[in-house]
Amino acid sequence: MNDPAPLCVALLDDTDRALINATQAGLPLVPRPYHALAAQLGLDAGEVMARFRRLQATGVIRRLGAVPNHYRLGYTANGMSVWDVPDDRVAELGRAVGALDFVSHCYERPRHPPRWPYNLFAMIHARSRDEVEDRVAQIAALLGAADRGHAVLYSTAILKKTGLRIAPPAAGGGRRAAG
Amino acid sequence: MSIATGNKTLGLSPLERRLLNDFQHGLPLVPRPYAAMARRLGVSETEVIATLRRLAERGAVSRVGPVFRPNRAGVSTLAAMAVAPEDLERIAAIVSGFAEVNHNYEREHEYNLWFVVTAPDAAALREVLARIEAATGHALLELPLLEDFHIDLGFELEWT
Repeated sequence: MNDPAPLCVALLDDTDRALINATQAGLPLVPRPYHALAAQLGLDAGEVMARFRRLQATGVIRRLGAVPNHYRLGYTANGMSVWDVPDDRVAELGRAVGALDFVSHCYERPRHPPRWPYNLFAMIHARSRDEVEDRVAQIAALLGAADRGHAVLYSTAILKKTGLRIAPPAAGGGRRAAG
Repeated sequence: MSIATGNKTLGLSPLERRLLNDFQHGLPLVPRPYAAMARRLGVSETEVIATLRRLAERGAVSRVGPVFRPNRAGVSTLAAMAVAPEDLERIAAIVSGFAEVNHNYEREHEYNLWFVVTAPDAAALREVLARIEAATGHALLELPLLEDFHIDLGFELEWT
């Protein structure tokens, strides 16, 4: 198995974990949200803000802000495009694809040939399948001959979607339609 | 879930659009962040809070808060299974029943079940993956993130 290296996990203490779990559903929409959070966790607001700053600096938090619901905003076509590109060019090509404004996630993942030859994933949110296809064509044009094969996997149902929980685990999850 | 076919159906105001588009990152780490946003937008703090609440109630905003990078707060992997269509609902329910599974999507492909498994460390993750395979009777494709190429500043929303 290919172990991801969880170096930063060791840097999280119990207070960080409590903070992460307490903000899964977002910050309170009150004038002093960090104070509200601090009161809930028995901390002071300055420490809450300092911890958020540090978690952002260490990359645990990638951003802090409004998280739009793409489906609700009309971005109902969710296409996971997957590409087989040469391993020695995946970093360079991944950065180019990841910089496209319509790509919301861009990752290298291991291939499992022969059934799964793809090593580059680019998530495309758009308002229709036609729009996704148009964007896939743009990525294909960008990759040129490095595109040795690709596929687009559309989601047809969201079967479970919950926030990340480190401990204790949450249960549940219903079925809802996706684009 | 009812799905809007375009942004027009949501009838978003200019303030709602700016809050959605311009504040996906950089929420101020100051005692009154919504007041700081209000100053930039030329509106009141009360108006910012009320508008964010309304967007959350209507489902246009999932939340206002942190977005975590995978593999930094625990160890996770994307996994995929190829399941016979007539068996998909049953197998998907077993997979979703694991507390360690936090996303589970059906996708159109031979590999039609896609989910994310998160555990406190690599050993615990391996153990959960083995339990999922045993419970479903299906081998899974393990697709951990090797490299993240996207600089996440949110997602540019188009309003046309």
